[in-house]
Amino acid sequence: MNGTSAGRVAVIGFAASDVSVTTSGVETLVPVFEAALARAALDRRDVDFWCSGSSDYLAGRAFSFVNAVDAIGAVPPIAESHVEMDAAWALYEAYIKILAGEASTALVYGFGKGTAGELARVLALQLDPYTVAPLWPDAISVGALQARLGIDTGLFSERDLAAVAAARDETSSVETLLDRPYLAMPLREHDVARVADGASAVVLAAADRVGGRRAAWISGIGHRVDPQGFGERDLTAVPSASAAAADAGGLDGVEVAALHAPFTHQELLLRRALGLPDEVRSVAFGSNPMFSAGLSRIGAAAEEVMSGRAAVAAAHATAGPLLQQNLVCVLRSGS
Amino acid sequence: MDTLSAPLTIAFDYTRSLGPVLGRFMAGLRGGRVLGGRTSDGRVHVPPLEYDPGTHAPVTELVEVSPAGTVLSWTWTDRPLEGQPLDRPFGWALIRLDGADTALLHAVDAGGSDAMSTGMRVRIRWAAERIGHIRDIECFEPGEAGPDSGGDGADGAVVEIVTTPIRLHYRHSTSVEESGYLRGLAEGRIVGRRCPACRKVYVPPRVCPACGVATVDEVEVADRGTVTTFCVVNVPFAGQRLTPPYVVAQVLLDGADIPIPHLILGVPAAEVRMGLRVAAVWRDRADWTTTPENIDHFEPSGEADAPYETFAEHL
Repeated sequence: MNGTSAGRVAVIGFAASDVSVTTSGVETLVPVFEAALARAALDRRDVDFWCSGSSDYLAGRAFSFVNAVDAIGAVPPIAESHVEMDAAWALYEAYIKILAGEASTALVYGFGKGTAGELARVLALQLDPYTVAPLWPDAISVGALQARLGIDTGLFSERDLAAVAAARDETSSVETLLDRPYLAMPLREHDVARVADGASAVVLAAADRVGGRRAAWISGIGHRVDPQGFGERDLTAVPSASAAAADAGGLDGVEVAALHAPFTHQELLLRRALGLPDEVRSVAFGSNPMFSAGLSRIGAAAEEVMSGRAAVAAAHATAGPLLQQNLVCVLRSGS
Repeated sequence: MDTLSAPLTIAFDYTRSLGPVLGRFMAGLRGGRVLGGRTSDGRVHVPPLEYDPGTHAPVTELVEVSPAGTVLSWTWTDRPLEGQPLDRPFGWALIRLDGADTALLHAVDAGGSDAMSTGMRVRIRWAAERIGHIRDIECFEPGEAGPDSGGDGADGAVVEIVTTPIRLHYRHSTSVEESGYLRGLAEGRIVGRRCPACRKVYVPPRVCPACGVATVDEVEVADRGTVTTFCVVNVPFAGQRLTPPYVVAQVLLDGADIPIPHLILGVPAAEVRMGLRVAAVWRDRADWTTTPENIDHFEPSGEADAPYETFAEHL
């Protein structure tokens, strides 16, 4: 995004839940919407545009996102859209909608019951349908191939990966983690973010609707995708993340980063690809609730800005077991 | 309250058109040969790309590469998942075949993780029966290419379509509200819930789609109602349980504010009409479980037709 659009759209509310009772997720969304709208001091009838991210494959049923519209209350009719992606990409759609002047406010939400099916097999189906998916490679094994390339080329060691995990969990130490068995060599259980159920919602507003509310202004968003073939890129580089950060206006001055790294080695690859210096704080990334985890990184980065803990924050979302698709969003205080 | 859940398996044979590049690649596999695609920079891609990433021109030059290659990265699977190439512990590897510049993903039947290493040499083990599919490569195994690479070398006709069966397993979980509805059915009762905001009764119960709030109070509704609208099914399809023509209708149960879809039997299709009064025909009580299938179908109740105004709001 160029300078002319910077500061015209802000995050004004965020809420998340790590609970999902049903496969459809509708019941989970009702209180998440209420909490996000309460923080934004906005009534649901004042939302111009609703946009969601989820996947039918997670729920095992067709058009599962249509069910979720129940949680909005679609009478009188609403303007609504959906992406079969993490809801960070739904936020991009809503952001463009506001920039285009077609909406002044938007509520973006992501949800999924990652524990409903055999996720490792489900995720194999997002890979090349001709030469890869028919082999049913699970996401953890594919991630492990990338981790070994990083270790073989000397970018990091198994100890470095354990240190990332230990930093996320104060109760563990690097030594005890390294004693644990492999899940998929060279990855151990602590290297793989636990797949969880969850939902989150972010409320966006155009400048003239922000009023006196707390706000984190979006100064840029970029998203890029890699070539389809695993063998077509150096898997230890994340060029689509680097390019997305450049499209978002660069990360100079960023004080805190909320990265969506489903594996410990990917946090290290991302910090390198994004050029984040060591002094840039990380917002801890715990479990990996599919389809809301990336949106929640944007919400968490916005909270850093709205609370005054940081003047500039970066959020990142990813899709694919090898960081094939990446989105970077920069948020700032003031307008 | 404990909510009900049940296993759910969905399955579908995905059929995909291949186009000229992957069609030749798959024909090569059927003939026991691996073909790579050469791009304008001279690099050979395996699997081949359909378009040159530099010039965006279609890739037309396919060249044969070796069935043996080098492992660039690997991991080990102790517990293979359904559908994976081997049903015993195996390695996943990124393999660059000799003559290729890119790596492909496949399984290596190495016996144990101790036998795997970066840089190890592996060769293709061809499937006994080859049909023009990536699974024509059964897996890789340690070693160099032998004198007999597998096939007769003939590619034959371009493969136009590949079929990949997909089977996924889930545990489908219902909400507290849905569980109450299903448990009611097991007792021969139809239970909905009322929206606290607009007072409408939903059967089956759900979050009120008009107000976006959870419904709270349970309300029992009648097992009879009014046909609001219907269709006559004349088209046969796979898995069909009844012989066409038959009628599927929206039935507004007395006491409910949203119709449910169900079969209307016991009356010629041509006589079903909007406003027709119908009653549920339950299966044998001994067969009742927590399922809507406890109601076999609806049939005319013999009452006078309902006036249009009584269901106009529900169309």
